[in-house]
Amino acid sequence: MFQLLNTILIGITSGAIYSLMAIALVLVWRSTRVVNFAQAGQALLSTYIGFEVIQRFDSYWIALIVAIVAGAAVGALIDVLFMRFLFSRNTQGPIAGVAPIIATLGLLGLIRGGIGIFLGNTEASIRPPVSNVGFTISGHTLAFSPLKFLIVGAVIFLMLALSLIFQRTNIGLALRASAYAPEIARLAGVRVDGIRTLGWALAGAAGAAAGMLQTPNGDGGLSPDSLDFSLLLVFGFIAAVIGGLESLIGAVVGGLLLGLVLAFVLTYVSGSLVFIIAFMVLILVLLLRPSGLIGAKRGRRA
Amino acid sequence: MTLIVSDLCVDHGAIRAINRVSFRVEQGQLAAVIGANGAGKTTLLRSLSGLGHAASGHATWHDHNLLHAKPEKLVRYGVSHVCEGKSVIPELTVEENLNLGALWRKDAKEAKATRENILETFPRLGERLSQLADTLSGGERQMLAIGRALMSKPQLLLLDEPSLGLAPLVIAQIFQNIRELTDEMGLTVVLVEQNAMSALEIADIGIVLNLGRVAATNSAQQLIADPQVRAAYLGY
Repeated sequence: MFQLLNTILIGITSGAIYSLMAIALVLVWRSTRVVNFAQAGQALLSTYIGFEVIQRFDSYWIALIVAIVAGAAVGALIDVLFMRFLFSRNTQGPIAGVAPIIATLGLLGLIRGGIGIFLGNTEASIRPPVSNVGFTISGHTLAFSPLKFLIVGAVIFLMLALSLIFQRTNIGLALRASAYAPEIARLAGVRVDGIRTLGWALAGAAGAAAGMLQTPNGDGGLSPDSLDFSLLLVFGFIAAVIGGLESLIGAVVGGLLLGLVLAFVLTYVSGSLVFIIAFMVLILVLLLRPSGLIGAKRGRRA
Repeated sequence: MTLIVSDLCVDHGAIRAINRVSFRVEQGQLAAVIGANGAGKTTLLRSLSGLGHAASGHATWHDHNLLHAKPEKLVRYGVSHVCEGKSVIPELTVEENLNLGALWRKDAKEAKATRENILETFPRLGERLSQLADTLSGGERQMLAIGRALMSKPQLLLLDEPSLGLAPLVIAQIFQNIRELTDEMGLTVVLVEQNAMSALEIADIGIVLNLGRVAATNSAQQLIADPQVRAAYLGY
């Protein structure tokens, strides 16, 4: 009974972090139609920045805020320095759609390599800001601690805040219009280039939050070729696709679903099956609902 | 304020799509640009709104150079362009499509008044504000596209084939709307149309394009009366 409850709680927490990464991927996809594989590198870089801040000021909370701001700045810089250039060179044909996506793969390598060169020798780790010792109920320890509470709360808060921005504000309308129909948006007076950069910045911020929350939830260690961040990218990507790639709520639903399934596999079947099952969930969802769980039900017209 | 186009040349790949085109449209006039498929009508319009790139020549509206400017900048100078094929965003609601046109405006109150005016002209849009634009009929989409352009408070309105794919009755309605809007709002309109007769009937002046060159330009009435134009473009 407690094992079942703990499995669910573990699933929710790890699912929440996948959700955050999925949100970051969805944000870039929605505002620029690019699948951003560099997101893992951006998150890693932001988390390293957070780590440096902790070294100086000994405060996780300041570090979290700095890392999120830095994540936004890194995202914006990538758009201004690389993506804008790529988009202006290739405007038509199949290459125009694929080149930016391949470029993000290159960026991922570049960022990881850069971190390796400059910070590779640093022993980096982030300790949990609040206790990661599980709550106890009648002698049993739950797999849910103040830290995990913080993680789930932060993800819910960010999802709600971003959804509000997208659905209820003028900036959000400009973001959506630029994603769906850049030409019409420009004719309507939207400065599409700036709006795209904003999309990258928001995504960078969400990715940074994911990195800063994930690291202390694991063993706390941080390294340039961190497997955790690779998994974060893969699982975040699967979660985003399960959720339909278009919707923030879809990203969260996809992340939680994936987190729960993997937690059950881990507890009741075998840890070595986690990867296979993750992709099986992806294939199953795409077979049954090709546009994702929350994806648009109709194909695009016009 | 006058739209002055002189010696405009636009290339489409290796082809010169617009070749030394010159014309003038005075403020408050509705100019119909007619011509066969491939005459360069759309290319002409796109180069005036910042979407296309001119090879040479001049185009000015008021004091603003229309060539080599970005569309988002030209909107702020009062130039609005409605693209061919009902340029609305199907994933957004009718209301959002309308609001999009006024996002850049700082005068929220006036923008609201603009919206009221548009909804008076196109009451069907008012009934469907919260629906996705995807659910609209072809005619309603065209109304929404024009409405979105009007939300930007244009002085020069560029319309590309508003009649495309619409039923004759709907075309008549929309063309009547365009004429009324031109007069009420004091707009200057460049209307590109394949449907030459309907366009000339509401226009003040007509510009006939043929293979990228101006074949004839005159008052709309005289063009309708011209036997050559009638034979070539009006079909009788």
